[in-house]
Amino acid sequence: MRFADFVCFEAIIPELKAKDRNSVIAELVSALDKAGRLGKHNREGITKAVIEREKEASTGMGKGVAVPHVKHPAVKDVVATVGQSSVGIDFSSLDKQLVYSVILLISPVNNPDKHLQAMESIFKHLQQEKFRKFLRQSETAEEIEDLLREADENPSL
Amino acid sequence: MQAEENTLKKVICEMEVEIKNADGLHMRPAMQFVDIANQFDCDIAVSNSENSVDGKSIMQMSMLAATCGTKLKIKAEGADAPQAVNALQKLVEEEHFDEPTPSGQKKC
Repeated sequence: MRFADFVCFEAIIPELKAKDRNSVIAELVSALDKAGRLGKHNREGITKAVIEREKEASTGMGKGVAVPHVKHPAVKDVVATVGQSSVGIDFSSLDKQLVYSVILLISPVNNPDKHLQAMESIFKHLQQEKFRKFLRQSETAEEIEDLLREADENPSL
Repeated sequence: MQAEENTLKKVICEMEVEIKNADGLHMRPAMQFVDIANQFDCDIAVSNSENSVDGKSIMQMSMLAATCGTKLKIKAEGADAPQAVNALQKLVEEEHFDEPTPSGQKKC
């Protein structure tokens, strides 16, 4: 799967206002909601569900990135967005480091394989140091979109 | 399972396992896998038909996108390789990560 297949570019936040984990999740869910990707009246429920999932086990996988996610009936297809923080957010990451790039992923409940494919695309690139660096250096939503589209064309990025 | 032992050579142990839980190897199961893998000293590589990744890295394991029914090859190298492979096989196939397997007719 390609980023362009599931990332909602309109909902990218190049500099998150929120400074803590729960508010970052709320801010990213709101951005997807504003872009019309979460159906009606699901914003609060999805925010809560993502935070609950995060409490079970941190999705801060180390190296300054986190991938909060949840499966929720509000969506028919996987949808994701990206938020960046220049100050860093405490996500209780595995390596105890702050998180600068957050990818929020909402997946339908009845399609586990699609969720796995989206995760595969995300981690294929997140584990590349170059990709993480470029993502962190991106200052505008357009730059982030360009990077994701470039990554779709270039598997080594 | 094949294990070759030699006092001078490394112990190498390989086994194929099949993902049994309906949701596949998503992040929580991947973390359980990595937690167990890290209890052993041996190197652990896990591969599907396309990629071979470090079984001790959560980011790399998440990259496998192993759906229900996917077969993965676990290759361990080091003195405790047989124990590691056995523990991981138990987690994946016997305990299926403490998650439900597909119900009834819907087999994967």
